[in-house]
Amino acid sequence: MTILAKHAGYRQAYDALLAHGVDPLNVEFDSVLSPTEGVLNGQRMILLGTNNYLGLTFDPDCIEKAVEATREQGTGTTGSRVANGTYNGHTLLERAVADFYGRKHAMVFSTGYQANLGVLSTLVGRGDHLMLDADSHASIYDGSRLGMAEVIRFRHNNPDDLYKRLRRLEGVPGDRLIVVEGIYSMLGDTAPLKEFAAVKRETGAYLLVDEAHSLGVLGETGRGLAEAEGVEDDVDFIVGTFSKSLGSVGGFCVSDAADFDIMRIVCRPYMFTASLPPGIVASTIEALKKLRAEPALRANLMRNATQLYDGLSAMGFQTGPEANPIVAVTMPDQETAVVFWKLLLESGLYLNLALPPATPTNACLLRTSVSAAHTTQQIDRALDIFADVGRRLGFLPSDRRRAAGAL
Amino acid sequence: MTPSMRNEISTIFEQVLGRPVSITDDTDIVEDLGMDSLGVMNFVMAIEDFYDLSIPLDRVAQIQTVADLMRAVEDLKSGNAA
Repeated sequence: MTILAKHAGYRQAYDALLAHGVDPLNVEFDSVLSPTEGVLNGQRMILLGTNNYLGLTFDPDCIEKAVEATREQGTGTTGSRVANGTYNGHTLLERAVADFYGRKHAMVFSTGYQANLGVLSTLVGRGDHLMLDADSHASIYDGSRLGMAEVIRFRHNNPDDLYKRLRRLEGVPGDRLIVVEGIYSMLGDTAPLKEFAAVKRETGAYLLVDEAHSLGVLGETGRGLAEAEGVEDDVDFIVGTFSKSLGSVGGFCVSDAADFDIMRIVCRPYMFTASLPPGIVASTIEALKKLRAEPALRANLMRNATQLYDGLSAMGFQTGPEANPIVAVTMPDQETAVVFWKLLLESGLYLNLALPPATPTNACLLRTSVSAAHTTQQIDRALDIFADVGRRLGFLPSDRRRAAGAL
Repeated sequence: MTPSMRNEISTIFEQVLGRPVSITDDTDIVEDLGMDSLGVMNFVMAIEDFYDLSIPLDRVAQIQTVADLMRAVEDLKSGNAA
């Protein structure tokens, strides 16, 4: 017995997974070769589960900028901006992000997780009301616990349920902040943002959208779901990350709130952690330039996403509600999910095995994320591997993929 | 805490779990009824619908037994958030 014995329940569940000869929470690549390929246990793999939406992690210009900045300014800032000062790159990155969103203010955090911790714990406080979608990411839940606001959860993607809960608060003092996500990370479903915006307007609440998985993915210029739905004016705060479509690490928040800069001296997850290193900042600025200059990346991404989603759906796999770069296949139970995932891996396809309690409605998911850098042939190959494993496990009742023709 | 509220809560448990349950004030919602976190969330939302109130998450975390739940509902109905 040690101090960690209290987690015995998790240990037991984890051991049950390991008994299958897999460790889905600790996959150790020999090397990563490109945005779409890696080597695992000596075998070359297609990477179909790394959120590398625009495939910019190996972009030569981004790498060059990172190398240049590292040579000139060093490997790290060795501390926070309030203690060690702001580097010119931090300011340039914040201006670039604000400019991209057409907002007055931007603030950069060291990770997307910390952006949510910081923003949610600072915008609302004691006596305020934080309205969270039930399927919110862990960083949103954790941010809600760091602050002092009362936290109320509404049914996933259900504006009527949110409205009902805001109506119950009528006459109660305090600000209300609604938090939703552009694309939800497990099933790839989007929020009904027009309806949420209408609820926000009617109830006088503030609206925050986490565009972590939708930045560079949705919207005419890649700003995310708020742009795609034409409701950017209703969104008071946008939070996002550099670690997916921009291929680096870090988080941000943009807003037009007049007194936004007070966040810099009250937001603890911003103040009390090391700021982003110069190399990361430089590659992120370059990646944002690419995102803006090359809309073809988004077109390729959606083409690949649609190819995978349509292919899996046509085979009879249970996919999410819409074709987005996150395509999740729901498995009937954990046992099947683990065996299926193991066989996919052995066949050269890497994706995420997502199990309860990390999934909505306790689903067991094979979660994929598509990249603009995937070739049509790689997506075809991924579909072939799914079909092969599906047949080996008696999963596909008929060879429907062939029947569905050249989808 | 009224017997009628206990009956109402019992009915909601049965709707969410899809099986008959027998509860007392001391019934532990997770241990005795075998609910996982998703089950608890669905149950809490059904309770919220029935009584037309929202139970804040910090308050949900304090609820262990049926008596705790009834106390929370009564407090929130009477406008006492403490």
